Amino acid sequence: MSSNSLVSKPPMTQPKTAPNALRPSRWLTPLLVHAILGSYTLLAIAPVILVVMNSFKGSQAIFQKPYLPPIGELFDPVGYATVFKQTAILHYLGNSLLVTLGSIGLILLLGAMTAFGLTEYRYRGRGFLTLYALIGLMIPIRLATVSILKLMVALNLQDTIWSLILVYSTQGLPMAIFVLSQYMRQVPSDLKDAARLDGASEYQVFWLVVPLMRPALATLAIFVMLPIWNDLWFPLVLAPGEASRTLTLGAQQFLGQFQTDWSALLAMLTLAIAPVLVLYLIFSRQLIRGLTAGTVKG
Amino acid sequence: MKELPMLRPNKSRPRWHIVVFLAPALLLYSIVMVFPLLDTLRLSLFSSDGANFVGVSNYQRLFTDSQWWPYFWRALKNTVLFFLLHMVLQNPLGLLLAALLDSKNLRGRSIYRTLLFSPTMLSFVIVGFIWQLILSPTWGIAPAISDFLGIRYRPWLGLESTSLPTVALISIWQFVGIPMLFFMTALLAVPQDILEAARVDGASAWQLFWRVKFPLILPTVGIVSILTFIGNFNAFDLVYTAKGALAGPNFSTDLLGTFFYRTFYGFQLQLGDYAMGTAIAMVIFLIILFGSLLYLLVWQRKVVSYEL
Repeated sequence: MSSNSLVSKPPMTQPKTAPNALRPSRWLTPLLVHAILGSYTLLAIAPVILVVMNSFKGSQAIFQKPYLPPIGELFDPVGYATVFKQTAILHYLGNSLLVTLGSIGLILLLGAMTAFGLTEYRYRGRGFLTLYALIGLMIPIRLATVSILKLMVALNLQDTIWSLILVYSTQGLPMAIFVLSQYMRQVPSDLKDAARLDGASEYQVFWLVVPLMRPALATLAIFVMLPIWNDLWFPLVLAPGEASRTLTLGAQQFLGQFQTDWSALLAMLTLAIAPVLVLYLIFSRQLIRGLTAGTVKG
Repeated sequence: MKELPMLRPNKSRPRWHIVVFLAPALLLYSIVMVFPLLDTLRLSLFSSDGANFVGVSNYQRLFTDSQWWPYFWRALKNTVLFFLLHMVLQNPLGLLLAALLDSKNLRGRSIYRTLLFSPTMLSFVIVGFIWQLILSPTWGIAPAISDFLGIRYRPWLGLESTSLPTVALISIWQFVGIPMLFFMTALLAVPQDILEAARVDGASAWQLFWRVKFPLILPTVGIVSILTFIGNFNAFDLVYTAKGALAGPNFSTDLLGTFFYRTFYGFQLQLGDYAMGTAIAMVIFLIILFGSLLYLLVWQRKVVSYEL
């Protein structure tokens, strides 16, 4: 029986007979489902496709033939030439990579250490420390921006990528501690105790546990990556200078200035989309699992 | 936790490794998050130059001064409208897409899911500009499509009367993937035997959804609502990229987030005001706290969560 039949059936089961299979609802309903999903999918991706497609055209073609693919005569990468000439886009890309990878590295390492310290041992104040670390899950760090800015100025870190790495690591830590603690508890204690009997130090025990959590670490990494890569707020406030500018901020400023050069505009947009989209298509399965991990019942 | 007797903690020996495991993260967290939050509270109680303790007078100004209150009130109203539009459009749409993706024997399910979620990956900067270009009269995409659909084209993003709903629709376009994923996961967790039993009893798909599946995923409706609430009351980026810090035209798209940014960072000729900025941040914080508590204390208690 089709689960999405919209036609209500009389109570009690009927034997499935040939006439039933010919009823319009048998094929009409799936068709309707595909029609709705298909049209919304088109709405979701068409704007992006339109931008990417037109980024490989000259200005004239963008306005006169926006719906044709950039093949043959229409192909003209003039926009990309402008972007590479006028901006330090590779430099911005490097900054974004450093900030994102640095933050993820710190989040995973410190998060795993803290989760281990909070779940592996019993001591007084453990409950309080766990609660203290998890309060951050509820509070948007942006609201503390004024004080963070003052702090970074005082530490002489303003306009450095370090200010961003520190803020993003902090922002991601409560989530990492929360998720990794759940996994740490599942590691059998026999394994750790066996290592201890063999004379392993607590640090060696920790490094024994970490590789066991590889799937959780990978999911977490992808999960915390996007808000960092895409953030505009903190680069704008803490590190607006040329030397520490991230790709997202660089794109924002370039796009604001080049309102009239549409080839360059669309090329910059495409260049800013590309890294995220490539990563997403590779990791979408893990990402989707990570985003919904909290809601799945065990 | 079971421990072997010989490994039981030795009270007399300090266990320094615990400190080594905990200290780096807790120090970082305390310095970059907890301290700035407390400092934000402190700054909001001082004068703008930070020299004098002024009690709650910054808050008083925000709520009574004609220099502040009308603008704060406008940003608050806009934010509430922004949030309500997400609640009535984004979340039901997410539920509809999830329910359709949950249909039995659907072909191409994972392709749909991947593509439907892809706008959520993009940064606000990209999304803001893409829609600015598409909706602009210059390129002619929106006018052509409106013509085709028989709608009269207006520069929706640029008109005072339609700019806020338009920004909200763009935000919904970007984020509908999140409620969709949450609802999808919840629907997957509905046990097959319950559904089979309802089908045997002759329930139609419509009845099956509203009488069986929907009550079972009600807890997820709560989670999605509170996430939408927190997200919207922090929203800043999309308005900033699509409309600039001035949230034009004539501040019609000003949200609490952009109001907060302009206040502490300054704009045009006005200098940034840390005291008022932190006061606004604290008010936003209290609103979010109040909403979260309402959710935890009222919704979570009232809504029956079925153990499956």
